[in-house]
Amino acid sequence: MKRRLIIWIPLAVFVIFVATVAFSLYAPAERVIRSRMIGKPVPAFALEAAAPGHQGLTSADLAAGQPRIVNVFASWCVPCIAEAPQLLALAGQGIPIDAIAIRDRPEDVADFLAKWGDPYQRIGSDRDSRVQMAFGSSGVPETFVVDGQGVVRYQHIGDIRPEQVSEIAAAYEAAK
Amino acid sequence: MKHFALAVFLLATALPAAPAFADSALPPAEYSYSQLADPKQEASAKALMETLRCLVCQGQSIADSDAEMAGDMRAMVRRRIAAGEKPEDIRAWLVGRYGAWVSYAPPVEPLTWPLWAAPLLLIGAGLFLARGRFKRKKR
Repeated sequence: MKRRLIIWIPLAVFVIFVATVAFSLYAPAERVIRSRMIGKPVPAFALEAAAPGHQGLTSADLAAGQPRIVNVFASWCVPCIAEAPQLLALAGQGIPIDAIAIRDRPEDVADFLAKWGDPYQRIGSDRDSRVQMAFGSSGVPETFVVDGQGVVRYQHIGDIRPEQVSEIAAAYEAAK
Repeated sequence: MKHFALAVFLLATALPAAPAFADSALPPAEYSYSQLADPKQEASAKALMETLRCLVCQGQSIADSDAEMAGDMRAMVRRRIAAGEKPEDIRAWLVGRYGAWVSYAPPVEPLTWPLWAAPLLLIGAGLFLARGRFKRKKR
C-alpha cells in the first residue's frame, strides 16, 4: 500500500511543476520596477542645463532645506506630454519642480516646453541616462519627491493623471 | 482578391505611424555598441551584461537588447569595467537601485534557498525511489 502511494509522487511533482509554469505564463508579469532609493540620499550628480533659460541640476540643489519634486522626462516621450498639465497644476500650487531630461537636446527641450508649458525651475541634461540609473528610475516619465535633506521620499512611475495630482501634492507635504 | 489587397492597404495606412515607445534623437552612448580595447576587460563586461536584465524590454538581457536604455546600461558597465571596477560591485550597485530583479543571477538568501536546494532534494528523492531497482540488479 505504501509502495503504491510512493509511485505517484513523481507524477504529483510533475503536475505541480506544470501548474506552476501555467500559472506563471498566464499571470501578468510585474512590469513596474520600483526604485530602491526611497529613504536613501539622492546620489551625487551634477548635470548641465538641458534648456536655455534654465540652470542645470546638481544633487546639492536637492538638499537645500525645502522638499522638491524631481520630474524625469524627455521631449521625445509621449506620456510626458500627457502629464504636462498636471505638472503645471502642481507648480501653480507653489511646489518647486526640477527636472532631469533624459537623452535630450537643448533645442528639443526648448520646443517641448514652448509647446506644452514649462513648470520647471532647474533642468539637468542626462545624455546617457547615468543619473536616471543612479535614481533607480527605469523609464520616462517618473516623478520623485526629495525632502529638504536630500533624501528620496516618494516615487511616481508613469505619467501623472489628473486624479493623481493630489497624491503627489500630499507626498510633497509629507516630505516637509 | 482585389478587395483583400485593398483592405490590407487600407489597414496598413490606417495604422498609427508613431511607435508606442519613442526613441530619442541622440546617437547611442559611447561603448553601447563598441567594445573595450582590452579583450580581457571586454570579456568580463560581456559576461556581466549577459546576466543583467533590460529594464524596458523585460525578459532580455542588456547584451541582447537594442533598447536605448539597455545601450546606456551597456555603456555604463563597460565604462566602469574600464575604470577597474569589479563586475560583482557593478551588479550590486544596480541591485541597490532596482532590486535583485535586475540581475539574472539569483542571490543566495533565505528567499531563494529552496531554489538552490531543489536539485539536491530532487536527486535525493530520485535515488530514494530507485533504490529498490539497484538492489534487485545486484542479486
